[in-house]
Amino acid sequence: MSGKTLFDKVWDQHVVSEIKDGPSVLYIDRHFIHEVTSPQAFDGLRKRGIGVFRPAQTIATADHNVPTIDQHLPIKDRLSRFQVQKLTENCEEFGVQFYGLGHQYQGIVHVIGPELGITQPGITIVCGDSHTSTHGAFGAVAFGIGTSEVEQVLATQCVLQRKPKRMKIEVNGPLAKGVLSKDIILYIASKISTSGATGHFIEYTGSTIRNLSMEARMTICNMSIEMGARGGMIAPDETTFEYLKGRKYAPQGEAWDKAVARWKELHTDADAVFDTSYEYDASDIVPMITYGTNPGMGIKINEAVPSAPDNVKALEYMGLTAGEQLLGKPVNHVFIGSCTNSRIEDLRLVASLVKGKQKAPNVHAMVIPGSKQVEQQAIQEGLDQILKEAGFQLRQPGCSACLGMNDDKVPAGEYCVSTSNRNFEGRQGPGARTILASPLTAAATAITGRITDVREII
Amino acid sequence: MEPITIIKSTCVPLPAENVDTDQIIPARFLKATTREGFGDNLFRDWRYDSDNNPKPSFVLNQPDYSGSILVAGKNFGCGSSREHAAWALYDFGFKVVVSSFFADIFRNNALNNGLLPIQLSEEYIQSLLAAVEDNPELEVMVDLPKQQLNVVGSDEIVSFEINPHKKSCLLKGFDDIDYLINQKDKITEFEKNRITA
Repeated sequence: MSGKTLFDKVWDQHVVSEIKDGPSVLYIDRHFIHEVTSPQAFDGLRKRGIGVFRPAQTIATADHNVPTIDQHLPIKDRLSRFQVQKLTENCEEFGVQFYGLGHQYQGIVHVIGPELGITQPGITIVCGDSHTSTHGAFGAVAFGIGTSEVEQVLATQCVLQRKPKRMKIEVNGPLAKGVLSKDIILYIASKISTSGATGHFIEYTGSTIRNLSMEARMTICNMSIEMGARGGMIAPDETTFEYLKGRKYAPQGEAWDKAVARWKELHTDADAVFDTSYEYDASDIVPMITYGTNPGMGIKINEAVPSAPDNVKALEYMGLTAGEQLLGKPVNHVFIGSCTNSRIEDLRLVASLVKGKQKAPNVHAMVIPGSKQVEQQAIQEGLDQILKEAGFQLRQPGCSACLGMNDDKVPAGEYCVSTSNRNFEGRQGPGARTILASPLTAAATAITGRITDVREII
Repeated sequence: MEPITIIKSTCVPLPAENVDTDQIIPARFLKATTREGFGDNLFRDWRYDSDNNPKPSFVLNQPDYSGSILVAGKNFGCGSSREHAAWALYDFGFKVVVSSFFADIFRNNALNNGLLPIQLSEEYIQSLLAAVEDNPELEVMVDLPKQQLNVVGSDEIVSFEINPHKKSCLLKGFDDIDYLINQKDKITEFEKNRITA
């Protein structure tokens, strides 16, 4: 018998039972909820007359629709205010921990889980949000679910799921200067396509991945869903343990030592078999940008927009033509934020690049920290001053212009270089044209006012 | 959940590939706290211009096409996990989506709401799209108990796969929560030996 993959080990440990020819009953260790995809699930519990089965294992925050200024005031938008109010009431009624607006731990759900140490190796995590794959960076099996499944977890701490196939993506070699983990994942997505990993759970391996920080690993796992994958994970190692040690919900003392001993067993066996494998060389990866309307439509920043029959609709929406160079194209909006790139490391990188410089007059540059803790740390480190002096707006935590549920929208027809995860039509506002890139590429573009190869200015 | 057995209907063709859930229901319409009413904003930005006038070129605005079966291009429902996408399609009146490929989360969400996703070969989808565009009155019969689909009047019957558990849920109108609640004893037993904290 062949060995097990990391994914198999974690998944198999959480199977309560299996339905013949059907899905498994999968036990969920940690469940995150937010204001947008949970109200109907709580209503379902009320209709059935049942409570939350294990309230201590669900953690709530408000992130998707919240404003990123004046968070101490009542939310102006009536529907958003009502949705957040509903979450507050639901958490009170059902006994769920809620980190609401103004709380020192509030933030984007996929930023606060790791920074509070709730996210740990070897556990199962779900959330009514497709970017739950982020938490896989710690060696957790983490995936997005729909609202009916949120109700399943609230009611029983389990979901019914079919076991996905296994995919290995290996990246080896040192990264060139100016190339970030965002470029790695945009590069992989451009190779595999927006649907190429559907039905799979990815494990990212290889020396390039191994040498990344936890923040950078989270960016990679975050975008697993953009290739259709159910999730993506990275085996835990010293980098993981170092990140988690001492965090609020991480095990302490003797429990910590025991946990680390257990986590060290979480790796793919040498003789384990993957259904699909890809291998890439880091030396082929340069700063990447997208030109189309799904995250798989990416190119190297100095390449021309490709011509392909299935690009026509996307290029029309984006106002681009095949053969065109994106380098040098004027851009009026830069968004730095989202569960992909809003962590302290991202803000530090941006600050280091813009320090002593000024953003171009035509650019509206917004920086949205991923959480209250990231915001506070940025202030402590003086990053807020650097950003302000460079003409960037540092706002308050939330999902913001990644999906434009609040007022942070990109106007119709305008280009936005964005560190978020999706360039779908209208994602950042009706008619908005999103170009995905790394925080360094976004910062460099804000400085010059044109799409810029960051390697030319560092 | 409404049970599904046999559905006979005309079809709405939507050949676009990689239709993401942001197109099915844009994020700005996700602020409701109930499951109903999302159909009004189904495909909002493809259906209406910025002044809220219907765009005549979009299929849902073409009076020739109607019915409870949506025939869609491959990788339907990719992107966000929002179940609102399945609710919007169902609320609008669709009972079946036929495509050559579905995104995982959308497929689960559809099945959990009595919206049947049927996956068929790309070749068959292309021929069905062409046939529907050629004759909007063409009817398709979906037989869930037999797991078969055919164009009414045609001898060609195609079979489709569906997980037996999900099939049984759809036929009876049961959802997974009912099933899981009945498993609580097993779940509690499992928790006693759980290693991960």
